[in-house]
Order: sequence, then structure tokens, then C-alpha cells
Amino acid sequence: MNPASTPSDVTIDIRGMRKIYRVGDETVRALDGVDLTIRNNEFVAIMGASGSGKSTLMNILGCLDQPTTGRYVLNGKPTHKMGMSRLARVRNEEIGFIFQSFELLSRASSLKNVMLPMLYSRRHLFSARRRAKRALDLVGLADRMGHRPNQLSGGQRQRVAIARALVNEPSILLADEPTGNLDSKTTVEIIELFRRLHRQGQTIVIVTHEEDVAGHAERIVRLRDGKVISDAATDEDPIHRDWVRRMAEGRGSMVEVTDAEHELNAMADANKPGPEVRRGWFGKKRPAEGSTVLPGGDDESGAV
Amino acid sequence: MGAVVRLLWQTVFLAIGQVWANKVRAVLTALGIIIGVASVISVISFLNAGRDWMLDQIDSQVGSRTMWIWGDVPDAQRGVMSWADVRVNTTEARLLLERAPSIEDLTPMCNRSWEIGYGKETVRGASVRGVWASWHDVESRQVVLGRPLSRIDNEERRHVCLINEVAIEELKLDVDPVGDYLLINGRRFLIIGVLETKESGGIFGGGQPRTELYIPFNTHKMMDPYSGTWFQANMVDAEQADETQAEVRFVLRTHRGLSGDDEDTFEMEIVASAIDFFNNFAMVITGGATVVVAISLFVGGIGIMNIMLVSVSERTREIGLRKAVGAQPPVVLMQFLVEAVVLCVIGGFVGLAFAFVLTLIPKAVPDFPLDEVPLSAVAVAIGMGFSALVGVVFGILPAIKAARLNPIDALRHE
Ligand SMILES: Nc1ncnc2c1ncn2[C@@H]1O[C@H](COP(=O)(O)OP(=O)(O)O)[C@@H](O)[C@H]1O
Ligand SMILES: [Mg+2]
Repeated sequence: MNPASTPSDVTIDIRGMRKIYRVGDETVRALDGVDLTIRNNEFVAIMGASGSGKSTLMNILGCLDQPTTGRYVLNGKPTHKMGMSRLARVRNEEIGFIFQSFELLSRASSLKNVMLPMLYSRRHLFSARRRAKRALDLVGLADRMGHRPNQLSGGQRQRVAIARALVNEPSILLADEPTGNLDSKTTVEIIELFRRLHRQGQTIVIVTHEEDVAGHAERIVRLRDGKVISDAATDEDPIHRDWVRRMAEGRGSMVEVTDAEHELNAMADANKPGPEVRRGWFGKKRPAEGSTVLPGGDDESGAV
Repeated sequence: MGAVVRLLWQTVFLAIGQVWANKVRAVLTALGIIIGVASVISVISFLNAGRDWMLDQIDSQVGSRTMWIWGDVPDAQRGVMSWADVRVNTTEARLLLERAPSIEDLTPMCNRSWEIGYGKETVRGASVRGVWASWHDVESRQVVLGRPLSRIDNEERRHVCLINEVAIEELKLDVDPVGDYLLINGRRFLIIGVLETKESGGIFGGGQPRTELYIPFNTHKMMDPYSGTWFQANMVDAEQADETQAEVRFVLRTHRGLSGDDEDTFEMEIVASAIDFFNNFAMVITGGATVVVAISLFVGGIGIMNIMLVSVSERTREIGLRKAVGAQPPVVLMQFLVEAVVLCVIGGFVGLAFAFVLTLIPKAVPDFPLDEVPLSAVAVAIGMGFSALVGVVFGILPAIKAARLNPIDALRHE
């Protein structure tokens, strides 16, 4: 998916990145010296407590925002040296961004929403509609092209947003808490979609605070107070390993949430109490279809 | 390039969609534009129709190339000179025809009221005019029966006359009176032809057409050498009125031996001055209308700017999203500018519709002098052009505001 001319397979290269906000007299170091390299076809999860700078980092990765200092080279292009218009072009051609709140145009159909990036593209002048249909097909919404966002479920809306992010064949797909507004079942569907895209060669960076979502990534980058505190393969990430172990043992906050969910289900289904089924989730190895993704425990729990 | 065209195209639809989604708001906002455009178009259309109507009137009465020349005692010379001293004469008529190439045709004329008799019928105070044969070229009045006056009639001072159709009625003449005789001031005249009756009325006032007779100039002078005399002429080109007058003045002054600072002992008048008068009137109206239009367009423009500012802040997140997926600042600018222009142009179309309805009023009102008030194409172009211009001028500020938004700030907007 990357141009063959790129000598290395480095997609994202960040050096010494700082983002400092000044609010009144206070200065907030949202990012405080971040170095990060992401290679082609990686699937990276960025994790961290609320306020740790995840969104700030993502917005800069997505060229929606610019760092106060530091270098950001995307596919060999130094974006920190670009102006508004060139950045807009980079966003259009190389980046697919997925928001927690979907950000769909409420008055436009799915198809029109997906066509939006091509409105601002020089490349797909005559193929916009065809490409948009293909993208919707890819996310499994071929039969929802004429629907407006308010006629779609949350998961479907997010899939429209994903189709929109994919339609220009970006070299990198960025998702800032894409499942944050979704229920657990829909979260599974979306994550499945990401996995499939990744298998097809898509480079993906996803922000999440759910360990089970992060478990699908190959690599977890943890932020704290604007600094990278851990960057390791998912299997080797100590917090994640701990979480997996606790899951396997049926301990921890996850269980409580699961139990609460069962109770609610039972109440809703009063005359026929559901069977006591404990559903497990073991890292990347998902046992069977139909299993429910459990909402992650608070991401502070394992912070060292 | 193709992308720009496509973008414009889609932006226009987007803008129309936006306007349609807020129809009432759009109409209220565009009220100033609507009033402005409606008044531009209707005022210009009405003035155009009025001018055409007036030119028509003039043409049907005398023709717009008509010019009158007569002797006149200058104010300073009153008491020194008499009317007879400055009266124009046939020598001068011939001179003008010879030396003033901008005069196409000319006839001397004299006029008197005489009693006309035919059998037992008499008409008192009928207008009898003495003219050259060239009168037929100067004033295009059709001879419906018989023949026109000729040079020979004049040279031989024949007792022949042309009468108008009204005379037939008033004197109870035969339906074909050519060859009959009637009495003018007691003298027998042969009727050689019948002229169409021109309806007087319109801008020259008048009322009921009266009996008119035309006889050879020399015959008229023989009957009354002292009657007032003037020339009626046709200019070659009505647009060259000033040059023609200068030529006439030169010829007459030279002939009358007037030097340096002597005042003219003659006067002239052209129909074109009536047109000038109307143009002045039209200018006053246009000036007044321009003020109204300017004010309403300005107010309209402020309304547009206001609504566009509202639109930009209402849609800040949308702008953020568009930027996030790659809309470049100039593109966003254009989108909002096009929206403002579309809003204004739609207002312009509504104004056009109002103007059209206004132009239908004369048809509905009986006795209104103007029947057809066609929409002036120029006015429509000006009206629509101005409404688009207002869109650009007053839409640019909100559009710049939208274009300058930082994508992430816009997306965070509540
Ligand atoms: N526009 C802003 N102005 C001031 N401070 C900000 C702004 N955006 C983010 N911050 C601060 O930067 C820090 C990191 O924020 P963010 O990246 O949104 O965290 P996360 O996404 O990890 O929850 C927070 O302390 C937040 O308050
Ligand atoms: Mg965040």
C-alpha cells in the first residue's frame, strides 16, 4: 500500500515531539518529548489514562494539529514543515481518521458521507461513487448506502466512518477510541473489521483504554503525562499480560462488570432467566463466534 | 481544473440544499436583496417602456428627426426690430437645403385660420397651412386618396388643396371628394387629395382631431403675405442634433450678416429635446431608485453576512470534519462564498419574480398609457449581477472565518 519508492518501511517517524498548551498562566504539557516509530503494516494500540495525551498524539499523527516542537515524518515527508493547505492534502491522501463520535454529516446518506473525502481529492475524479460503494461493501454496509446516519445503529455509523476513512486508500488508518461510544457486541464487530483490514495490509493505529481491544493489536504504546512509558509487543506488555492472566482466572473488575451485565439481561428477560454462562476472552485467540467482548476494566488499574 | 468545476458544481448543490433546509430563514434574510432586485428590475423596465412609448408617440406624431426653425427677435433688440424683419423666407429655405447637408428635407410653412365652406356647410377657424411639396417628405402623412402636392402647384400658385379625413365629415363631403371644389376664405380650391387624420393626443395633448387643409406655400402667401412663417425640417440623423443645429445656425447667421457677438435672430427646436427632457426625468427617477436599491441591497447584504456567520458557527464541527478529510482552506472559503452567493441569487430570482408581477399591473389597469412593460434584459442582468456581488462582498468575511478555522478546534466545537 505504500509507494514502492519509500526506501524503508517506516510509515511514521516522530522525534522529540512536544505539545504545550497555555491556558491562562498555566502550561499543560500534553506531549512531553515523544519518540515513536511505526512501520508499515503494523497494528498499534495507544493506551493511557484519561488526559495522558493520547488524543493529542493522534491528532498530530493525523495532521489535524501540529506539535509545538519536534519532527513528524510521514512516509518520508516532514509534515512539521508543511502549511495548512499541504497538510489538508496529506490528510486527504494519506490518512484515514476515525473519531469516537463518528462525525458523519447528518443530512447526507452513507454513500454521500463516504464520498466526502473524494470531493476534496484530485485523484478520484470520476470514480468517486464506485469507490465509495466499494468501501461501503468492504465494511459490510452495501445494503445501507441510502440510509442517513440517524437511520443507522452506532456500529453501522462507525462502519460508515471507517469506509470514509478507507475510501482514499490511506497509508495509515488512525482511530481515536473508535469503540468508545459502542456497546460490547458492536465493539467486537468493529475490532473484527480492523483485524481484517490489518490482515489485508493496512497500517492501523488505534487509541483505546480497553485492554481487550488493545489485545488485538500487535503492539501497545502506553502514555502517561505526555510521555511514552512503555512500548512493547502485545504479548510482552506486562500490564496486558497481567490483565490476560486475571481474565483467565476470572478475577478482577471485569467479572463484576460481566455479572452486572448478566443481571441487567436477566431483568430485561424476566420470565426466562438467562443461563449462567461465563464468557471468556483470551488475548488475540478468540475461541468462537458470538462471544461477547467485555468492556475493559479501568485502565488505571494496572498502571505501574 | 476539472476538480474545481466539479467542486463548484457540488458546492452549488450543497448550498441550495442548505438554503432549502432553512427556507423561511433564507427568505427573511434575503428580503433586502429581494426588494433591491425587484426595484432595480421594475424601475428600469418601466422607464424603458416609458421611453419607448414616448418615442413611439413622437414618431407617430412628427418623427424624431423633426426640427423647427423660425425667426425671433432677440430680447435686446425688442423695439428696434420687428417680427417681419426676422421672418424666415423661401430664400433661406433654399439656402439651407443647399448648404446644410445635415438637413435632409425642409419645407417652409405658414398657417392661418380661415373659414371653409362647402355647399351649405361652413367650418370656422379651420387650420390652413401653406407648404412646399417637400412637406410630404418632411412629415410622413399618407395621402389616402388623390395625389400629393407638387412643385408645379406651388410655382403656379394653383388653387388646390389637400384635406384630412375629418374635413370630409365636418363639411359633409362626398366619400371620395377628390375633384370637388370648396371655399377657403371665399376662394374656390380644387380638392386634389385626402390625408390620413393623425390622432393628436398622447404627449402633445390636443384632443379631438380637427379639420386641416394644406395648400401650396406660394398660394398661401398670395392670400396673406403677413402670416407667420417657419421651417419644418428633417435631420439626416437624430443623434447628430447638435451638429445639425450648428450647421443651420452658421448658414442663417452668414446669410443674415450677423457678426461675432450679434445674437441669433432665429430659433430652432428639435424633437430630440423632448427626449432629453424624458431622459432627465428618467435620471431623477433612476437616481431615487438607486438610493432605494443601494440601501436595500446594503441591508440585505448585512442580513446575508449575519446569517452566514450564524451558519459558520452552527456548522463549525462540519467544517472541522471537512477539513479533517482534506478540504483545503481555499475550498472551504469557496464553499461558504458560493453559499452566500446562492442565497443572494435565489433572493434575486424571487425579486425578479416580483418585478415581473409588477410589470403585469399596467395590463390589468384600464386606461394606463403603457400596455406592455417588457422586462428589460439589461435590468435583469444588473439585478442578478448585483445580488451575486452582494453575496460575494458580504459573504467573504464569514467564508474567511470558516476557512481559517483550525480543524481540531473546529471538531472540538460544541
Ligand atoms: N485545546 C487544549 N487546550 C488546553 N489543554 C488541552 C487541550 N487539549 C488537550 N489539553 C490537555 O492536554 C492533556 C492531554 O489531553 P488529551 O490528549 O485529550 O488526553 P487523552 O486523549 O489521553 O484523554 C490534558 O491534560 C488536556 O487537558
Ligand atoms: Mg482522548
